[in-house]
Amino acid sequence: MFVKKLKDGVVGAVTMFSLLWAGTVSAEWGLNMTPGVTPISREVYDLHMLILYIVTAIGIIVFGVMFWSIIYHRKSKGAVAKQFHHNTFAEIAWTIIPILILVAMAIPATKTLIKMEQTGDAEITVKITGYQWKWKYDYLEDGLSFYSVLAQDSNEARQVGSSIDPAGVDHYLLDVDEPIVLPVGKKVRLLTTAADVIHAWWVPALGWKRDAIPGFINDNWAVIEEPGTYRGQCAELCGKDHGFMPIVLKAVPEAEYVAWVEEKKAEAAARAASGDKEYSMEELMVNGEDLYNKNCASCHMANGQGVPGVFPSLLESQLTITSEGLAEHIDRIINGKGLMPAFGEQLSDADIAAVVTYERNAWGIDTGDIVQPADIKAAR
Amino acid sequence: MSEAVVHEDHHEHHDHKPTGIGRWLFSTNHKDIGTMYLVFALIMFFIGGAMAMVIRLELFQPGLQYVDPLFFNSMTTMHALVMIFGAVMPAGVGLANWLIPMMIGAPDMALPRLNNMSFWILPFAFALLLGTLFMPGGAPNGGWTMYPPLTIQLGDAFPFLIFAVHFLGISSIMGAINVIATVFNMRAPGMTFMRLPLFVWTWIITAFLLIASMPVLAGAVTMMLTDKFFGTSFFSAAGGGDPVMFQHIFWFFGHPEVYILILPAFGIVSQILPTFSRKPLFGYESMVYATASIAFLSFFVWAHHMFTVGMPLAGELFFMYATMSIAVPTGVKIFNWVATMWRGSLTFETPMLFSLAFVILFSIGGFSGLMLAITPVDFQYHDTYFVVAHFHYVLVTGSVFALYAGVYYWLPKWTGHMYDETLGKWHFWISTISVNVLFFPQHFLGLAGMPRRIPDYAVQFADFNMVSSLGGFVFGVSQLLFVYIVIQCVRGGEKATNQVWEGAHGLEWTLPSPPPFHSFTTPPKVTDATAHS
Repeated sequence: MFVKKLKDGVVGAVTMFSLLWAGTVSAEWGLNMTPGVTPISREVYDLHMLILYIVTAIGIIVFGVMFWSIIYHRKSKGAVAKQFHHNTFAEIAWTIIPILILVAMAIPATKTLIKMEQTGDAEITVKITGYQWKWKYDYLEDGLSFYSVLAQDSNEARQVGSSIDPAGVDHYLLDVDEPIVLPVGKKVRLLTTAADVIHAWWVPALGWKRDAIPGFINDNWAVIEEPGTYRGQCAELCGKDHGFMPIVLKAVPEAEYVAWVEEKKAEAAARAASGDKEYSMEELMVNGEDLYNKNCASCHMANGQGVPGVFPSLLESQLTITSEGLAEHIDRIINGKGLMPAFGEQLSDADIAAVVTYERNAWGIDTGDIVQPADIKAAR
Repeated sequence: MSEAVVHEDHHEHHDHKPTGIGRWLFSTNHKDIGTMYLVFALIMFFIGGAMAMVIRLELFQPGLQYVDPLFFNSMTTMHALVMIFGAVMPAGVGLANWLIPMMIGAPDMALPRLNNMSFWILPFAFALLLGTLFMPGGAPNGGWTMYPPLTIQLGDAFPFLIFAVHFLGISSIMGAINVIATVFNMRAPGMTFMRLPLFVWTWIITAFLLIASMPVLAGAVTMMLTDKFFGTSFFSAAGGGDPVMFQHIFWFFGHPEVYILILPAFGIVSQILPTFSRKPLFGYESMVYATASIAFLSFFVWAHHMFTVGMPLAGELFFMYATMSIAVPTGVKIFNWVATMWRGSLTFETPMLFSLAFVILFSIGGFSGLMLAITPVDFQYHDTYFVVAHFHYVLVTGSVFALYAGVYYWLPKWTGHMYDETLGKWHFWISTISVNVLFFPQHFLGLAGMPRRIPDYAVQFADFNMVSSLGGFVFGVSQLLFVYIVIQCVRGGEKATNQVWEGAHGLEWTLPSPPPFHSFTTPPKVTDATAHS
């Protein structure tokens, strides 16, 4: 009876291990690490497989001996216990041999680690800043700067009780509005830091993750060899929407990258000009809703009601519902307070004007206040 | 012992048990306190388990169906705190209380009033901690590791979390002092250190780890408390502080802590395998030295929990090599256990089954631990479900399985009755199969790129999450069987002999089952022939 159960157990364990061994065969039932698209990620993958093979072999030997005992040295088979309890040779052997195996593992691991720390000679540097709950990318040489948040369709589907089937959403939770774009074949230096709490920037295809820590700048590098779209996520618990700040990295050929940089620069210039414009209520409300959903809704919720005890409801705040609160409302968005981040640097005058107008006129608040970029400029 | 008992009945065991609630509230008896610890641990195990069920329910399929992300984060945080500080640690102390005096030939623990206090702090500490579930802003949700700045963002629950941790630390330290005082002072004549049962040895070493590491945790959380309320900036970069320093201090406590959770388990298994192999423990001395080496090394490996914070190369290499070196003494222990079974005469009662599963499944957790030690690859594994799988293999199929083994092993001694062996085996097989269905696929999820501590996930992780959840539900429900078996055994059953198990050796098996209220009123004489189990 027990022999059969044990045999079943062994068969089960072996099946599990061989599944693990089968590696990258299945896409849907992803079983193993992927080799990635950089020289480093391939080395990391090889190291992973090496250690996996070694521990599997050790496991088979040790558990094999154990199961031999379990099957043949059982009392019900008439086994009589030998009373030995020492064997100097065996004890020395099973101390020395593991040390040798460990040294054999440590040598390639050390080599790879040393390579990973060689962050010099990069041609492009991007500073990555983690925010609750989005990423900011600063291209230091080109002066480009933008934020990257969870794509809107994923964001709608992931709300509690949204009844939208995640399977029907394109790249559910792994899609953003603005991906980080990098050229292939160039050494890129990626600096990570954070503005509020600790985050971790992780794209598995690059072979590493690195914490983004307020007050620290960590440096990392990658040479991406194949064009493509690579997806990842924040890997350090950073609060409520930790699971909803993905990373999308687009690796493109050099020429395409240059064109993208030019396009981004033109966009930035247009945005800078928007600060001198006058907007209609309708324009402000449309822009405001979009910006609110990207920047504010994760705490104050899409309906403005916040999270009781943690994030205040805008429907009940003196700042948003009374005319006297207007100046402080603008100030709170620009400068922040307590848990409320300062959006002064993240958003343009036009953006803040739209958000303020939206918050004062949405969800039945209807103060009728229209705030223009010039008002924000004056308040800064 | 209570002086209140004036009229004594002439019992055959001279048991002057106080009666009523006072017996428990004012208890200074190692057995009663041990029982309270074990019952408390079991209650916490189910509270923490209920939280795990919420987690697995939400992760059953993609999308957020039941809980909002903040509450989900509270569940992962509280599950860990309750299981570590409420279930596994008190269960270990409960076993220590019951067994150490009986194993070393003492009448009781050395410091009985301290013993009472160290237990009774626990319900208050957990009232503070669990009370936060009903507070505005919710229970702690920044992870059990409490990293600032995130944890400092916590609302009203924050001071409750800090003071709960303080209380838990005080309780643990008092328990540890008691173990050390007992073993150093109350051993029976002839019970030299190298004749101590392995369980006692692992507990002395655990006690020293507790005394050395818990104050460090207390210091770290106190600094965080003053950061929040008194304007200090120990961990705030904006004020010149260093958020990474908290992680260094926390893991200087945290890594010894994981050995606090596992060393008593090593001790239990080292008692059980010889009994059911009917053979002395192989390599007693090397087991003691290996345990001590593991404990010593545990103070030099903390930063392997934080390889991704960005340390200098030299630091990363040091912590990688130091961590890998722990595999050597751990390997020695595994090999010794296997050698203990080799050419024995094995039988497979429930304690033995749990111990065998422990050896295999803890080893699998050790293997993934070795993989995690390799720094460059850890950059991929870190903070993924691979890590979740790893520490649940060492903590659930490691510590918890060993605790189950221990309870089944000593339950007949404690109660005087045999438990239902058939039900025990059912409990073992259902648990072992379901726990592997629960945790093994989490290796795959982590390798495929699923981060830990997320309430919702991309659809490519859906299949294994569903499998894992199903395993989790079966594992969760099947633990009720254990409660039934224990209650049934306490209430009655076949009478247990003094020795209980054919192959059992050691002083506790020379006492009647159940043992008298005061274990050894006259110290037994220990010789080489009666030492060890």
